[in-house]
Amino acid sequence: MFDIFLIEAVINGVLLGGVLALLALGLNLVFGVIDVVWICYAELVMIGMYAIWWLFVHYGVPLPVAIGAAVALVALAGVALHVLVIQPVLGTPPINQLLVTGGVLFFLQAAATLAFGIEFRNLGLRMPIVEVGEMFFSFARILAFATALAGVAALWLFLTRTYLGTAIRAISQDREIMPLMGVNPRRIYLVTSAIGGGMAGIAAALLALQYDVHPAIGLSFGPITFMICVLGGLGNMAGGFVAAFVFAQFISVGGFYAQVEWGYVIAFAFFIVMMFVRPQGLFSR
Amino acid sequence: MMLEVANLTRRFGGFTAVSRVSFALEEGEILGLIGPNGSGKSTTFNMIAGMLRPTEGSIRFAGEEIGGLKPVEICHRGIGRTFQIPRPFRRLGILENVVTAAYFGQRERVSRARAQAQAEEALALVGLPADPRAEVAGLGAAGLKKLELARALATQPRLLLADESLGGLDESEMDQAADMLGRIRRDKGITIIWVEHIMGVLMRVVDRVIVLDHGEKIAEGTPRAVAEDPKVIEIYLGAERVAFAGDRPA
Repeated sequence: MFDIFLIEAVINGVLLGGVLALLALGLNLVFGVIDVVWICYAELVMIGMYAIWWLFVHYGVPLPVAIGAAVALVALAGVALHVLVIQPVLGTPPINQLLVTGGVLFFLQAAATLAFGIEFRNLGLRMPIVEVGEMFFSFARILAFATALAGVAALWLFLTRTYLGTAIRAISQDREIMPLMGVNPRRIYLVTSAIGGGMAGIAAALLALQYDVHPAIGLSFGPITFMICVLGGLGNMAGGFVAAFVFAQFISVGGFYAQVEWGYVIAFAFFIVMMFVRPQGLFSR
Repeated sequence: MMLEVANLTRRFGGFTAVSRVSFALEEGEILGLIGPNGSGKSTTFNMIAGMLRPTEGSIRFAGEEIGGLKPVEICHRGIGRTFQIPRPFRRLGILENVVTAAYFGQRERVSRARAQAQAEEALALVGLPADPRAEVAGLGAAGLKKLELARALATQPRLLLADESLGGLDESEMDQAADMLGRIRRDKGITIIWVEHIMGVLMRVVDRVIVLDHGEKIAEGTPRAVAEDPKVIEIYLGAERVAFAGDRPA
C-alpha cells in the first residue's frame, strides 16, 4: 500500500539523521584521535545554544553573526576542555577520563542553571513549513540537514586532502611514531579539540532553530549521540554516519506507527540488542 | 663531529640497560652498532632519538647538546630513525605515510609541492612506487622495511638511525637492504648508524663497528679488527659465525 504519511516519516527521518550524524561526528573525531570520550559533549552543544539565544534575543545581534560567534565559542570551549580537563588525565585509565568529563557535564548543567535559570528559552523565530505534494516538512529541518551534510563533507575533505588532516587520521594509529615524523601530538590534539568543539557549535546552531534551550537539554540528545557513536563503532566516523541515519529512521518511523516516545524505545532496544550481537559496532570486522 | 656520545647511561630502576657508552661519528660515516639481543642497542637509539631520557651522559649532535630533547625537536634537527619492526600507518596509503613525514618532519615549513617531491624522491631511493593508491597492506616484510626507511628519509635527516635487524628477510633481500644503506650514504651524504644483530651482512657496508654487550661497549674498530676480537667472537660463538663479504652467516 502506498502510504504518503509513511514516506513523510521516512524523509523526516533522513532529515533528522543529518543532524544526528553531525552531532556524532564531533564526538567520534575526538574519540578516534585523542582516545577520550567527551561525556559532556552535549553540554558543549548547550553552551552554543545559550550563546546564540543570549546574543540574538538579548543583544539583538544578527542571527548569522550570533551563530558564528557561538561556533567559535564552543570550539574554544573544546580547546579549554582539552587543556584543563583532558590533558592532566591523558595517560591514566579510561575510567578517570570518563569520570572527569562526566564531572564537567554536571558542572556545565549547574552553571547553566545558575546563569540562565531553568526556563525553556527559544529564539522566537517562526520557520516556514515546506509543502511537497501532500507532505509537510519543517524548513528548519531541511536547513539543518543541508548544513549538517555540508559540515560532514567539509570535515571529510579536511581529513583526507590536507596534511594536517592526514596527521590527525594517523596519530590514533601509532602515537609514539608521530613525533619521530616531526608531528607534535599536543598540537594535533588541540586542533582536534577545536574541530570537535566547532562541530558541537554548528550542531548547536541547527538545534537552536528547532528546539528550546534549557539546562538539561544535553540529556535529551547526549545519550543518543553517544549510542550512535558506539553503534557505528567508537571512533569510526563512517560507521557513526550510517548509524545516525539508522537511529533516525527508528525514531521517525517508529514514531509514525505509534508515538514518538515509542520510536525512542525501539531505537534504544535495537541498540541494546546490537550490543549483544555486534559489541564492536555495526561495521566491525 | 656529527655525533658525539659521552658516558651515555640509562637505568630502569635497578637495571642498567646502557652503561657509560661513548662513541663519535664523522659526517658521512656508516657506523655499525651490533650486539646480541638485550645488549642495549635499541635503548641507545631511543635515547638519541629522544624517546628515552638519558639517566647520565651527553649526546651532542652537530655541536649542540640534544640529550633529553623531545622526539619532535630531534626530528626537526635532522635525525631520522627506523624501527626494527616496521610501524607504518596502515590506514594511510604508502605515499601518504611518506608525504606526512616530509611535510611535518623538517624544521622549516615546506610547501605541499615540495613535500610531495621529497616523498617521491625518498620512495624512489628505496625502490617503492609513488602511486597514491598503493596501500600498506600490499607490502611484504621487505617492502615494509623499505617504507620505514623512506619515511625516515623523507624528513631529510643528516643522521639516520637505522634499526634494521634484517631477521625475517631472505639472503638476497638482506643484500639489497645493505646495498640500499650504502647507496643512501653515497648519493645523499647521510651519516648512518646501523643497528643489527646479524654481523655478516653489515660488515660489508660499514666503515666502523661498535659492539655492545650487557649495556657496555666491549669493542670498537674496523669490521675486520672487530670480527677478530676474541671478546666479540666469544659473544657470538654458538649464535652465529662472524662473516665477511662473500661468506654467509651460518
